Amino acid sequence: MGSASSMLTQYDIEEVQEHCNKLFSQQEIVSLYQRFCQLDRNAKGFISADEFLSVPEFAMNPLSQRLLKMVDGLNFKDFVAFLSTFSAKASLQQKIELIFKVYDSDCNGKVTFNDIIEVLKDLTGSFMSDKQREQVLSHVLQEAGYTRESSFLLEDFIKVLGSSSIKMDVEIPVD
Amino acid sequence: MANAPDNKLTSSSSELDLDRPNLEDYLPSGSMQEPRGKLRLRDLLDISPTLTEAAGAIVDDSFTRCFKSNPPEPWNWNVYLFPLWCLGVVIRYGILFPTRLETRISVVSNKSTCWFSYVVRNIVLPFTLLHLDISLMMGYLMHLNLICRVLVLTLGWIIFLSSFIPVHFLLKGNDKLRKKLELVTLANKRTSPWLSSIQRCLVELICSFFVASWTGVVKYHGPRPSRRPQQVFVANHTSMIDFIVLEQMTAFAVIMQKHPGWVGLLQSTILESVGCIWFNRTEAKDREIVARKLRDHVQGADNNPLLIFPEGTCVNNHYTVMFKKGAFELGCTVCPIAIKYNKIFVDAFWNSKKQSFTMHLLQLMTSWAVVCDVWYLEPQTLKPGETPIEFAERVRDIISLRAGLKKVPWDGYLKYSRPSPKHREQK
Repeated sequence: MGSASSMLTQYDIEEVQEHCNKLFSQQEIVSLYQRFCQLDRNAKGFISADEFLSVPEFAMNPLSQRLLKMVDGLNFKDFVAFLSTFSAKASLQQKIELIFKVYDSDCNGKVTFNDIIEVLKDLTGSFMSDKQREQVLSHVLQEAGYTRESSFLLEDFIKVLGSSSIKMDVEIPVD
Repeated sequence: MANAPDNKLTSSSSELDLDRPNLEDYLPSGSMQEPRGKLRLRDLLDISPTLTEAAGAIVDDSFTRCFKSNPPEPWNWNVYLFPLWCLGVVIRYGILFPTRLETRISVVSNKSTCWFSYVVRNIVLPFTLLHLDISLMMGYLMHLNLICRVLVLTLGWIIFLSSFIPVHFLLKGNDKLRKKLELVTLANKRTSPWLSSIQRCLVELICSFFVASWTGVVKYHGPRPSRRPQQVFVANHTSMIDFIVLEQMTAFAVIMQKHPGWVGLLQSTILESVGCIWFNRTEAKDREIVARKLRDHVQGADNNPLLIFPEGTCVNNHYTVMFKKGAFELGCTVCPIAIKYNKIFVDAFWNSKKQSFTMHLLQLMTSWAVVCDVWYLEPQTLKPGETPIEFAERVRDIISLRAGLKKVPWDGYLKYSRPSPKHREQK
């Protein structure tokens, strides 16, 4: 893998950097490229869902299927753009946007009661029954001043989550 | 999870489960948030820890790191080193490789290997390490190498031809005789002890010349394995040559996967004579049959000591993956063996996904030397109240500590298949 950086020219690195709004340093982009080539076994130019799932830590994550939908088949530039949300330099708004997208599985710009229940189901699995989940969510929504019928837009999410400090940073190993 | 090796009914379809200890112990906690007092909407909606873990796994994960073969740093890119390196290539491919091919079909007596490795270890290596000059070191090794080989070749041919062929025919004859006897008398499955010890010596010899063909410099530490019943040897696994390095010193019986091609041929002829057990990774039912065979083998006093690689797959000699508990629930003493290869000379890791065994052997034969350390460690028994899985982990600790390897909480078989959905649920 030592020759990976020779396949990536300085122009490529800068182009990728622009695309992700300079949230990664050039060294980090080179590291990510090595990782990309490692995961993309047949050098197709994108990583298939199967190859993502060959990473056991990822496959065992409860939200892996949702993330897979977002990340499947991305080329390197978009792969870096996706991961840039996890950079320490990314804005809180960008991170909340990603969280919103994870909830909004039908991509209609709204997160409903059922969408949230679905995500809770992924996270809790068999530890809670459906009834318990609905009860908890209804109760919490009520406390926050919402109802079962209310649907959230991105602004609502920002309002709710914006006050707490979301820690969603991943460090890119640079050798 | 009650462990009852005698009760075959308990080993049911959830066999993958039985092998893996509680993964929750290893995985970082944090995805399930405990409600501290009141559960707020923002706490409920905040899935950032889980997402961070997932993204972290995409960026880097400990499992893939186990199987990464790191190319050695190129040290030859330099004005005065480069021509020396070119000369080295000529020598390695032009002189060493052909002489090695010839050495492989002759026999090396244990004595000369010892002498050679003694000289290299105690005189050459310390001296050259003082200089910290890799090219000088290569030069010395190359000289000693060539002299040794010429001597060994002539000796080897003579010994080999005069001893191997008659013994081989004797063995074949004995086998046929034995089979006839079995049909008639149904008793006394023993071969004569004299013949079986010759069998063992022969296999040890063959392995020695295999090792010599890559200029193997192996240093053995610790007491040599003894031939006693009720004991099993376990070692960490880096490549097929692990087995050959160990076999050179003691004739082990081994449990392995049948390989295709010429390796499979070698396996079925030579290895059958030391008593090998076959298994198939993909067959699930196979596990019970193999467990029974293992137990039978260990009980028998005549059988060669059994060697098992509990990792189940080749790992790149920097890490150890989880040990399979099969070797640890046979109810006998487990003698750990740690193997560590010296990276300066060659990377012995066989990346079975990247290259076939033949290519791997060729790579070894065209490099300078295979230097490794083998430590025979203190035999361990199951402590009262310890489960086989805990026992396996304890032995893995011992081996990793001795060989300077890092432990990783993954099952080596994940290389071949996906984690089962059960584990996702658990998480």
